[in-house]
Amino acid sequence: MTETIYKATEAILDGTVFICFIAISISLLLLLYRMIAGPTSPDRAVALDTIGINLMGLAALVAIYLVTPNLNDVILLIAILAFLGTVAIAKYLEKGVIIDRDMD
Amino acid sequence: MYKTNDLILRTTTSLIAFILLGFAVYLLLAGHNSPGGGFIGGLVTAAAIVLMYMAYGINLIDKIIPINYRTLALIGLLIAVLTGVGSFLFNEPFLSQTFGYFHFPFFGEIELATAMIFDVGVYFTVVGVTITIILNIANDQ
Repeated sequence: MTETIYKATEAILDGTVFICFIAISISLLLLLYRMIAGPTSPDRAVALDTIGINLMGLAALVAIYLVTPNLNDVILLIAILAFLGTVAIAKYLEKGVIIDRDMD
Repeated sequence: MYKTNDLILRTTTSLIAFILLGFAVYLLLAGHNSPGGGFIGGLVTAAAIVLMYMAYGINLIDKIIPINYRTLALIGLLIAVLTGVGSFLFNEPFLSQTFGYFHFPFFGEIELATAMIFDVGVYFTVVGVTITIILNIANDQ
């Protein structure tokens, strides 16, 4: 009985991970379209930030798929780098410099 | 040139920089048994410092963190070399590593390895070199 339940939950988990992989792939393709076709630079910046968030989800799914806890650091690192990159792009678009010299 | 208001960026920076520095120390100390190590810890520390530079400007952060990053890279290299030279004191080949178990009053028994000191050297070198590169590019006219 328990054996059957284990097998069933494992099948459900595998199916869910598979469906989520496909969904995130479609989301990434749509974001790629927005990045290529985006008329202005902020469109591309926002698309890039969202691609980073999708990559976090993808890393988490890979961690579930491979049954390893070692990818948790990677997820946090992607979040940090995506935030830093977006802040840098936003500052460049608004002020023209990323690290300003004489600020009061 | 109109004056911009960076209140949201500065408030989030003061929060996130602390989380980043804590994460960097975690990565540095976890490198022995799980992913991490001196290199990625140094890069995360550099990311935190660059975030502070982006939010507050060069002049203010130079006053708050009065560190010469070229000297920091030099100190890191010196630490890494000295851990290698230190193995000569025990009649061992260059860069030999050892470890031992020590008892601490609060944490219990902890395994301490001399490879950690080498990792700290790598950490300082990576922080110094990365920040030096970024600040030199930012100071360019």
